Amino acid sequence: MSSAETALVPTAAARTAVPNPTPMRQFVAVLRAEWTKLWSVRSTLWSLLVTIAIIVGLGALFCAARVARADRLDPGELRNFDPTGFSLNGIFLAQLAVGVLGVLVMSSEYATGQIRATFGATPQRNLVLAAKVAVFAVVTFAVGLVACFAAFFIGQAILGRSTKFHSAFIGDPGVLRAVIGGAMYLSVLGALGIGLGTILRRTAGAIAALVGLLLILPILVNFLPSPWNTDISKYLPLQAGNAVFHTAKLASTDLSLWVGFAVFCAYAVASLALGAVLLARRDA
Amino acid sequence: MIEATALTKRYASTVAVDGLSFTVPNGRVTGFLGPNGAGKSTTMRLIVGLDAPSSGRVTVNGRAYHDRRFPLREVGALLEAKAIHPSRTARNHLRWLAQSNGINPKRVDEVLEQVGISAVARKRTGTFSLGMSQRLGIAAALLGDPEVLLLDEPVNGLDPEGIQWVRRLLRSLASEGRTVFVSSHLMSEMALTADHLIVIGKGRLIADASVEEVIAQASANHVKVVSPQATALRSLIAAAGADVEPDGDDTLIVTGLECRDVGIIAAAGEITLYELSRQEASLEEAFMEMTRDSVEYLADPDAAGSAA
Repeated sequence: MSSAETALVPTAAARTAVPNPTPMRQFVAVLRAEWTKLWSVRSTLWSLLVTIAIIVGLGALFCAARVARADRLDPGELRNFDPTGFSLNGIFLAQLAVGVLGVLVMSSEYATGQIRATFGATPQRNLVLAAKVAVFAVVTFAVGLVACFAAFFIGQAILGRSTKFHSAFIGDPGVLRAVIGGAMYLSVLGALGIGLGTILRRTAGAIAALVGLLLILPILVNFLPSPWNTDISKYLPLQAGNAVFHTAKLASTDLSLWVGFAVFCAYAVASLALGAVLLARRDA
Repeated sequence: MIEATALTKRYASTVAVDGLSFTVPNGRVTGFLGPNGAGKSTTMRLIVGLDAPSSGRVTVNGRAYHDRRFPLREVGALLEAKAIHPSRTARNHLRWLAQSNGINPKRVDEVLEQVGISAVARKRTGTFSLGMSQRLGIAAALLGDPEVLLLDEPVNGLDPEGIQWVRRLLRSLASEGRTVFVSSHLMSEMALTADHLIVIGKGRLIADASVEEVIAQASANHVKVVSPQATALRSLIAAAGADVEPDGDDTLIVTGLECRDVGIIAAAGEITLYELSRQEASLEEAFMEMTRDSVEYLADPDAAGSAA
């Protein structure tokens, strides 16, 4: 029996040709798969609940503390007080939970070896990356919205108990933008996490890179001689991005709000672009 | 049908697959056999496009795997059973796989039933034994009702009942006209499961033939003779041009003659025989013989002896 001999039983030959779906139909299929993946591990729900708890809880705590020492605040502090941004301060800690979850969206697939099932099912690897980003961005935006609105209203209710300063109303200029901006910030940060997870593949390494970029790098840049420190620091992700969830300009040296947010988005886009290039090149 | 042409995969310092060419036709079970480290898993990964070949190509039903958008409907693969997120349930694992390829969600419960793990479908896979993971991996491969099946060491970790079940499954899939390509490092297992064998060692093709041909090709059969006059018989047989080796005081192992020939020589020399029998090379021996020069990790018998 020669190895070149084929179709010993012809029955299956008729059904070998499976037509390709349209790219859009495939993308919808992969989106659904990534949605199922995200919600079928317990850590997702817990991380997101923790994110909400941090933003709401910490915001309330900050506001209560500010009310408690309202009498001791100097006039300058009172004049520049941004009640909206203040009630959303929990984002500075919660961003780590969202970023780490973003890293895990990709790195956990490498850690468990499941990435081979994923790319076996969808050989168009960049489509998988796009679907992961889309699903995670929508989820973190929705979670961010819930958390930021809750933190804002609870925070303002607490701040309103002091007569020393004004609390914000949702209809005030820039306030709605800042509250929604908090959700946008978290959503883009999650995408940055996925990008870092794709580039580095290892959970620990990608989390270290994320923490380094957000928290360590600003400290190091601060040690540079003036004016380098302020010139560079305003382009770092956290410094560029956080104006979007404040209503007051943070410092005279900062980038303008939307330029800063664009710089912040550029970090996420750059990490995803590098990740996409590496995905196509590397063996899974 | 799977076709590999001069398929080569080089890593930094090693060549895992070295100019492999073979065809796996549909309608029969083709065994993919080689010692550990021979390049079987790498070849499987190249077929499903997880690794890119350094040179050469491999196609499934005439197309590269990655040209498909819903590949699971045409090609099902079990590569590593344990490569599943441990905190996801078996059912959810199959659900996302089905969704990613637009496969009817009803198939999820069908394949769970088919591989016999419906009872643990809602358990997290981290709690699974290797055998259960292996069954889940087979379920995932069957999910899209594919025409081509690739299974890397599917019986690993299965109990005897499970092993028999896999054999029957592979046979019935092949009898439906599907392409079944199944790897193993155990010759005995392949002999019971496969119709045809592709044997590789150190990434190179060693044999591409039926199970019977592989045994014949690997080592000639021997004739065992037991006689009180072994020394005299030995010189007679050697004079007839056959290879003969003593095996103990009164036993000879003859290669290149049949029992009948040895009997005639003994009678002519008036030599008494206690035993004259044909020794079939076992499948394991044939395999060892064939892959001796291409075993990646060879145990040093002296080192083992001194350690004992």
